[in-house]
Amino acid sequence: MLKLKSKSQDALLFYILRLISILVIGLLLLIIYILFKSALPSIVRNGLSFILKSDWNPVEEQFGALPFIFGTLVTSVIALVLATPISIFIALFMCEYLPKSISRIVSLLVEMVAAIPSIVFGLWGIFYLAPFVKETLAPLLKNYFGYLPFFQGPSFGIGILTASLILAIMIVPTISSISRSIFELIPQHQKEAAYAMGSTKYEMVKLAIITPSISGISSAVVLGLGRALGETMAVTMLIGNSPSITKSIFAPAATMASVMANEYTDANTPMHIASLCYIALLLFIITFLSNLIAKTIVKKLSKT
Amino acid sequence: MSSNSNDEKIILEAKALEAWFGDFQAVKGINVHYFEKTINAIIGPSGCGKSTYLRCLNRIHEEIEGTKVMGEVLLEGKNIYDKSIDVVDVRKRIGMVFQKPNPFPTLSILENVVIGLRLQGINKRSTLLEIAESCLKKAALWEEVKDKLHSQGTSLSGGQQQRLCIARALAINPPVLLMDEPTSALDPIATAKIEELMNEIKRDYTVIIVTHNMQQAARISDYTSFFVYGKMVEHGLSSDIFTNPKEKQTEDYISGRFG
Ligand SMILES: Nc1ncnc2c1ncn2[C@@H]1O[C@H](COP(=O)(O)OP(=O)(O)O)[C@@H](O)[C@H]1O
Ligand SMILES: [Mg+2]
Repeated sequence: MLKLKSKSQDALLFYILRLISILVIGLLLLIIYILFKSALPSIVRNGLSFILKSDWNPVEEQFGALPFIFGTLVTSVIALVLATPISIFIALFMCEYLPKSISRIVSLLVEMVAAIPSIVFGLWGIFYLAPFVKETLAPLLKNYFGYLPFFQGPSFGIGILTASLILAIMIVPTISSISRSIFELIPQHQKEAAYAMGSTKYEMVKLAIITPSISGISSAVVLGLGRALGETMAVTMLIGNSPSITKSIFAPAATMASVMANEYTDANTPMHIASLCYIALLLFIITFLSNLIAKTIVKKLSKT
Repeated sequence: MSSNSNDEKIILEAKALEAWFGDFQAVKGINVHYFEKTINAIIGPSGCGKSTYLRCLNRIHEEIEGTKVMGEVLLEGKNIYDKSIDVVDVRKRIGMVFQKPNPFPTLSILENVVIGLRLQGINKRSTLLEIAESCLKKAALWEEVKDKLHSQGTSLSGGQQQRLCIARALAINPPVLLMDEPTSALDPIATAKIEELMNEIKRDYTVIIVTHNMQQAARISDYTSFFVYGKMVEHGLSSDIFTNPKEKQTEDYISGRFG
């Protein structure tokens, strides 16, 4: 009697859970379908060469997505390169160096950064970060690395570098708070094993904390990447929205998300709208692929 | 069981040793000395501060937030709590095996054994292999792992993992080895193996072992200390403690009327 009851309860729960997951998957497929349908005119006209064409001129009905793919990838990669080490340091600092009471406050503050709306970052970027990049950072980089093509040309404050910096700041909380929860899972006895071998604190961190957390850190980085790839508002405000591919990180550019945000409201030809949807579809695919690649990396790393 | 005459060399000595967790005092004024190349057992009811005491002897206790240690621990006459002493050096000379086997999960069996040597900057492959083999032999694990030195340390069984941890501790050749209930998580066969190897390593090392198993203490140790509520009630030759204890509390405990 009792057994039967708990069994039927389990069955009910199972059906509800299954229904919900089917709904979620259905929604995903629906989004893909609608995106695909809206993009279809552009897909038919431009084909896959849409990805490789680098001119974007809605007035003359020229649509190539390469500048936006370039902008998205470059800003995201720079942001990751800047944010990953900083985030790991913050996470280590919170776990291993700060007393628990202070660490809790710091982690709260870091998580509050994640809650700041994107538009606020954008405004802060315009009023503070852009002038800082123009007047201080760009001249400094030119001074030391000016022989590299990436650090040549004028800086107007708004451009790839500024957008990347704001992205980095925005993804630090994501990466650091996930890394922190991974580090917190390391059992005390693993740290003590390292100490008992005569490790210094640095050696202990390397041996007992970082090494076993590599796959976890990678997944944190991927989540950060996901956020950077799709981030729209702040980047749109800071990147300059110029569909061009340049070597200089001081130059303005545009990302896939920023061009959609910027042009969707005044896109009035069907081909323009379809091309923006095509870009949306591509962004979707890129995010999906980056997640897939990351998952395989994580799987490989956690096996060894 | 062998007994040692008192003119043997004292290697480790605790003087008025006290340990706290916050406001709670877990170890209360321990005074004792240990002779070189002896096995010393610590027995007592659970929660009486045996582990905490042991963890003060290699300064691992201080790695827990909010803890405090007072008093002195002398290793060959030098206070390891002295400000001029580097804690890293202390732990290289006083090894430790924990209650729960804790090999490094990302390292192979071989790397687990030699990690302490690598930390000391020894990276020559032939040296590492040589030391690994001799330590795994001392830990009675060599025959079982010699064909899979490159598989994960954590792929071994619990008893094998514990012997791996013993080999890891022996690899840096510490004169003193602390063991905190090393067999409590193991089956009788693995326990017997570890007891056997203790008799072997006694030739080169001084062992201080916490055990909840009185038969084990009687079987393997030269000296035994009995702890209650953070205090050392009695310390002496194991043959005396187990046949003719001086204190009533000790007698009650070993005859099973206590704890
Ligand atoms: N991390 C800790 N924080 C606070 N109290 C602790 C901690 N670890 C142990 N204690 C307390 O210290 C006392 C001694 O513990 P322990 O040394 O582990 O005892 P034993 O090893 O003899 O069983 C116990 O009362 C225990 O509750
Ligand atoms: Mg204990």
